[in-house]
Order: sequence, then structure tokens, then C-alpha cells
Amino acid sequence: MTTQTPQTLFEKVWNQHLVRPQTADLPAVLYIDLHLVHEVTSPQAFTQLRERGLTVRRPDRTLATMDHSTPTTPRGADGLIPVTDAMAAAQLEVMRKNCGDFGIRLFDLGTRNQGIVHVIGPEQGITQPGMTIVCGDSHTSTHGAFGALAFGIGTSEVAMVLASQCLLQNKPKTMAVRVNGKLDAGVTAKDIILGIIAKIGIGGGTGYVFEYMGEAIRGLSMEGRMTICNMSIEGGARAGMIAPDETTFNYVYGKPHAPKGADWDAAVAGWRNLPSDEGATFDSEVTLEADELVPMITYGTNPGMGMPITSSVPDPDRATDVSHKMALDKALTYMGLQPGERLLGKPVDVVFIGSCTNSRITDLREAAKIMRGHKVAEGVRVMVVPGSQQVKAQAEAEGLDRVFKETGAEWREAGCSMCIAMNGDQLQPGQYAVSTSNRNFEGRQGKGGRTFLASPLTAAATAINGVITDPREVIHPTA
Amino acid sequence: MEPIKTFSGKVVALPINDIDTDQIIPARYLKVTDKAGLGAACFSDWRYESDGTPKPDFVLNQPEHQGAVVLIGGNNFGCGSSREHAPWALMGAGFKAVISTYFADIFKNNSLKNGLLPVIVDEETHQQLISLAQEDADTTITVDLAAQMVTLPDGRQVGFPIDGFSKHCLLNGVDQLGYVLSLEENIQAYEGANPARVNTLEPA
Repeated sequence: MTTQTPQTLFEKVWNQHLVRPQTADLPAVLYIDLHLVHEVTSPQAFTQLRERGLTVRRPDRTLATMDHSTPTTPRGADGLIPVTDAMAAAQLEVMRKNCGDFGIRLFDLGTRNQGIVHVIGPEQGITQPGMTIVCGDSHTSTHGAFGALAFGIGTSEVAMVLASQCLLQNKPKTMAVRVNGKLDAGVTAKDIILGIIAKIGIGGGTGYVFEYMGEAIRGLSMEGRMTICNMSIEGGARAGMIAPDETTFNYVYGKPHAPKGADWDAAVAGWRNLPSDEGATFDSEVTLEADELVPMITYGTNPGMGMPITSSVPDPDRATDVSHKMALDKALTYMGLQPGERLLGKPVDVVFIGSCTNSRITDLREAAKIMRGHKVAEGVRVMVVPGSQQVKAQAEAEGLDRVFKETGAEWREAGCSMCIAMNGDQLQPGQYAVSTSNRNFEGRQGKGGRTFLASPLTAAATAINGVITDPREVIHPTA
Repeated sequence: MEPIKTFSGKVVALPINDIDTDQIIPARYLKVTDKAGLGAACFSDWRYESDGTPKPDFVLNQPEHQGAVVLIGGNNFGCGSSREHAPWALMGAGFKAVISTYFADIFKNNSLKNGLLPVIVDEETHQQLISLAQEDADTTITVDLAAQMVTLPDGRQVGFPIDGFSKHCLLNGVDQLGYVLSLEENIQAYEGANPARVNTLEPA
């Protein structure tokens, strides 16, 4: 009888996908179960395949959608979403041709399954525990919520996976991210991840794969867990994982591509072996207390510049070192904020509810619950952008679209929208936005635009008040 | 890919921490389907006024810094999005190497696959290089990948880490995709032992 060394969730998934283990001279060859493809980071990869006369090795493990450069403007009389940007239209056409030529399934713009790449995988049941999943997009970490090893890759790696279904990887280190306790009302998964990133900084997870654990993580829905894993990359970690449990299985069960019958039972039996073994060790560890957490908001120009919404903007003169002071000075200048300023009560121009971080049905339900029966504050543009056509259809079936429209908010087509601002949805220079997306980098939401990242609850509360609002002030206790 | 040989060239410092790929190449330039023209848009929002005229106070626009081939960034260079357009843009702008104390993982991988060298140095060397570049725009260093060594103007040599496989590929112009494709038998064996559970081509 052999005694096996206790393994982490990451190590189990990693080891199960080794075509060749790492050696002193060579990186590991890792097999990829699922490759998600979108229009922006794939064209040059397909060009490479053509130049070398290569085919896509496993079209049956590849799925394409359109999301980044697609407009989210309402459909025309013909029922189609108009693409007025000639370059975007050309890029979408290239995507269609590439998928056609190489036999890849494409969820084309406006069709019933189209949506943000990290929303469609889970909703189709294609994202499953224990898989390796890659995409030419850093927010691929989202799929780690299912106990998959999922990470973003560049276009050269997209070509490699298309041609070989494999990647060359050096084994990353592991970090246990423990979130103890329970969340108070009005505090969400988004606040947990903004809290973690504020604590470790945006480079804190570089070289690591996170495993989120602890009571607060266990208590989250799958959609909350996706929000957390989604922003692992904002802490520098390429991947973040959560051990699958009954919440995971219940979510996957019955999805279009989920295993059925005896296959389901066999799959679940395997998935139950995935959680980290008792005694498994991590290279690093960080802990957050959920019951001390309040709604979070960013004040600066990277996701690590976050604070409790009740706090004041930090003073660069109190920074611990020169480079930190310089970074803070630069950020506050860009944001037009003063040291010590409070963000509560600050007027905003735009509220954006959407993105692969927070555009799923529970995000929309939570926002609608706060906005129902109110009007959007005068002069504020509020955009609600569902993450996929499926989310949009579900929301419309529940009447959420009417709730939003009655407040004066815009109800739009599915896509990345103002998270990436390469599709017509963007801030004007100097505008302030509260956004449920994942990045507040300079110009991320439009050149000169200024972003405060926050939860859908904070965004919704801000939408009706027109000023940055602590959502706990507007949540009415339910009878 | 062309093999990387030892090179010497001018350095220019952009000592800002956490330079993200949205600054290196803003998303609105990602609607291209090739790699051409990205160099002109490198650091676009820092480099140009809204009417497209170059900002004279931005370091990369200053005449004395033209022709620099090594960019010294702040800590955690290249964080953010996975866009390989970032190294493409930097190379299009003439850079052969970027120096920092550490790089974001995806940016580093993307750079290594394109022949843009991510050179990691200690804090002290980093600060020294920034000072040198800021004091004298003609500061020139030598980067020797085979020896994993940077030679400073005063002759001091500083080593830098790189994984052995990437180094081998860069020095010899070896194509990583070709290597993976040569493992066809291993890949087939893996697939035989691990059948797929999901078929994306099936209607659902």
C-alpha cells in the first residue's frame, strides 16, 4: 500500500492533464480540454495556421463567440444588431470565415447563444469541474469557479492550442486565499475580491494560482464564485480555483452540455475527488475576514487601489515608499480626486452594469431589486448590459428589462460593452462612472474616462441617487 | 522567428509601476486582424494629444530618446489583459527588451514567444538604470542572452533569469509550436487514455 502525498485542487487538475511532465530543461506539456475563442485575439493565430498549412486539431473541444468588438445597441427593424464600425465589422467577418474554414462552432452576433465568452461556457454546461480551459483573454480565470484550471493566453498560444490542443507551461506556485466568516447584507462576492486585491496588490499573485476557500466562499452561489475567480488576474494570478461542491454540481446539472444519466453519476463521482486533500500545502496563504468586510470601491487607476466605500481617498504623502507615492499621485491626478476626499456622495455621469465579472442573471436580479420603482437620477446614463443572449432572454422572461427601462436605464444587447470600450460603448473624457466591470486602468472605459469599480448593488444604488451610494442605505429589510 | 543575438543599444526609462497592457496598447487598436501598425499606437494615450499631435513632455517623444531599444518600466510591467498586441506594439516601436523588477505572467509569456526579452533585475540595478537613462539619454547597455547578462555603461555586469527552454528557443530561433507538434504520439496517447466529456460541435 502506498501513501500518497496530499495534493491541492490545482495539483490534481494539473497532474491529470500532463501529456509530458516538466523537466529541468523543458516545460510541461499540458493538455487543454476546452479552448474558447473570440474575435479579437484569434485572427493572427488563424493566419499562422494557414501560413503553415495546419488544421485545428480538435474542433470538438473549441468554441467561438463574438463579444469584445461587438456593439450592444438595440436591434434594427430586420432583427439584426447593426455593426457600424467598419474595422469591427471586418474583424467579425474574419471570425466567421475562420470558424467556417476550420470547422469551429461559432455563436454569431445576436444569435440565441451568443455572449461574453466567460458567460457562455458555464451557461452551456461546457465549463465543468476538473477541466483545463484556456482562451485568449485574461478573464478566463472565471471558469476556475467550477474547480477547473482556467487561464488566459496570448495569440501565439491560441495558435498552439488550435493546432495541438496543448500548451507548454511551467508549473505555477499555489496560494491559499481563505475568506472566513459570513457576509453582511449589502456585501457581495465583488466586495470580497476587491478586498483581496486591495490587500495583496495587483502584482501580489504574480506566479501563483489562487485557491479560494473558507466559509464565505462556500456560502456563495456559482455566479458569486465566478465573480471572484474572474478577478484573480487583477491580483496578478493567471488562475483562481474553487473546489467543486454540491453548489457546483447543482449548477451544472441539466445544462445543455452537462453529462446525463449514468455519465452524470460517473462525472460527479470523479469531481468529488478534486478538492484539496487534508494536509495539502500551499506556497503562500492570505486570509480575509468576511464579517469585517463592507462594500468596496476603487479610487485609483488599478484594481488594487480599492477601499471600503465608507473610507477616504488615501494621502500619497503617507505612502510607504517613493514609487508607491508616485503611483498614488499619478492615479489621483488622473481621477481628479483629492487626498482625504470621501467618495460617498460624489456625483457620477455613468453607471455601467455588465461585463464578464457581473452580468449574469443574479447580478441583474440584485440590481433590479434596488432600482425597482425608482427613477435613474437626472443626468446620469445607466447602461445595463446582459452577459449573454441567454441571460438577456431569462431577464426578459422575469420582467427585469421592464424594471430597468422604467427607471430610465438602457437595456442593451449582450457583449463586453463598456468594460473594454472598443465597441462604441465608452465614457467621454473626464466622465466618472461606477462600473461593475473589472478594470479601472486609465482610459479602459474610454480615453480620459474615470472608473470606480464596485458591486452591482453599489452601482444600482448609485444609479438612482446619482451620487456614489453605500447600497446598505437603500436596501430595505425584506418582511 | 529570428534568433536573438547579443545587442547593445540606448535605454529609455518609463519608471511607472504597474504599467498595464491597456496603456501599452489601448483596446480600440485591437480591431486589427494582423500585427501591422501597432508600433505607432504604442502608449497612444500617454503619447498623443486627442488631436493626434505628440505630447512633447512624454519621454518616448523626446528627440534625444529616439532610437532607444531597451525600455525600463516600473515594477510589475505588463499587468492586465492577455493581448499579445502589447509585445507586438512594443516591438513595432523599436524595442528589443524591457527591463523591470518583475513582469506580469501573461505579458512575459507573450514577449518570450515574440523575441521581446523581459529582463528581470534587482531593485538596486533597476534604480541605477533609471537614473542613468534619465541623466544621459545616450546611456547604452549590452544585453547578452546566452550569458544571461546585462552590461551597464560602467562595465558592471548583472545577471538575469530566464527559463531554459525559452532561452534555447530565442537563441536558436526555434519555433515552440514546431516542438509541440513533434510530440504527436504523446498527444495521441493522452487523448486515447482521456476521452472528451464535452463535444462543442454537438447541438445543444
